[in-house]
Amino acid sequence: MKQKFIDQLKETLEIEERNISEADNFREYDEWDSLALLSVIAMIDEEYDVIIESNDFKKLLTVGDIYNYIISKT
Amino acid sequence: MAFQIINNVKINGISACVPNEIANNNNLELIGDKAERDKFINTTGIEKRHIVGNSKICTSDLCFQAAEKLLESLNWEKENVDCLIFVTQTPDYILPATSCILQHRLGLSINCFTLDISLGCSGWVYGMATISGLMSSGNFKKGLLLVGDTVTVTKSDKDKSTYPLFGDAGTATALSYEPNSKPIYFNTGTDGSSFKSILIEDGGFRNFFSEESLKVREREPGIFRNNLQSYLNGQDVFIFGITKAPKSIKALFENFNIDKDDVDYFVFHQANKLMTEMIRKKLKIEPDKVPYSLNEYGNTSSASIPLTIVTRLKNQSATRNLKIVGCGFGVGLSWGTVYFETDNLICPEIIIYNNNI
Repeated sequence: MKQKFIDQLKETLEIEERNISEADNFREYDEWDSLALLSVIAMIDEEYDVIIESNDFKKLLTVGDIYNYIISKT
Repeated sequence: MAFQIINNVKINGISACVPNEIANNNNLELIGDKAERDKFINTTGIEKRHIVGNSKICTSDLCFQAAEKLLESLNWEKENVDCLIFVTQTPDYILPATSCILQHRLGLSINCFTLDISLGCSGWVYGMATISGLMSSGNFKKGLLLVGDTVTVTKSDKDKSTYPLFGDAGTATALSYEPNSKPIYFNTGTDGSSFKSILIEDGGFRNFFSEESLKVREREPGIFRNNLQSYLNGQDVFIFGITKAPKSIKALFENFNIDKDDVDYFVFHQANKLMTEMIRKKLKIEPDKVPYSLNEYGNTSSASIPLTIVTRLKNQSATRNLKIVGCGFGVGLSWGTVYFETDNLICPEIIIYNNNI
């Protein structure tokens, strides 16, 4: 399931030519911007039925942090 | 939940007017290089926008031409219009109310009831709830609801988080007292705890205009604006929209026993495609029931629902009666859903603002 989430994130951010991993600080990706943020929130809502509010999202630093947040809410 | 059912009011026609100048996001360097512009257009769905630019055209000017055209199409005598409601967040002046100016400019009777309402993206739904509520008793026989914004004037052209999303438009909706009309259903809500999510800080009476108001500052990397220009917290508003809009529509259907499958079209406030598509998917609505005008006009604030009806449902409404859900959500934060059935709805062709009138 964790790998599935990483793949979904990669697809949402339209990252094609490299792999991403759990420990990555996603805000450092070149693809990360305000639209990417909304696309990720939309994807998580659609796939996992979880809404991550702004204040909670600010505390998430890595790809793994997002995944763990989702798991804690499902 | 504020549910309302309004009887005896018919929606006779809707018209819309946009400025002549077109901004094209394909050429907007603010967004970034070509790849970034393509991604922006693909995600938001917003390619072009009609904007007032430096023309000094006001919302009332756009609504005036929309109203003139609609009255002419309906063959209504101006002296028979009993009430005029103007919904905008871009009025002509701090005072007086712009509806007073429009009463005179349109040549309506001095016995006309006039009122300004200050709402944005939920404004058409709230305006409809207000004017139809006033008219259902039969005291007012004919009413005009003028709704629109020149919202681009409130955005900084150095703020890529807001500037490329918005367009300007003014609309007119004509209603009349008709005792055997199908009811109009409403569900409206407000959450003022998040009022800072969309905000112009200075220029009102809480924070007077001052020299400081004009100071352009970098608020986030690459985002510049002054305190007379609007701030928009994209993340908060996005979450608000994708949660509140589906709930508001579902609650309306449950409360009034409306079958979702009977609805011909769902006209959402045209915020951006990412947001409206999320709302559509959450409600499990087929794509062909959700018309979009944002590709051509952008997010036009309170005008977006009537503008979408005029530009995308005009032909259908001319040939048959339609069951329509309209849902607006945004600044306030405020949201509203309306369900109505059209009955020979008249929609004149979209008007491109004529500077020579």
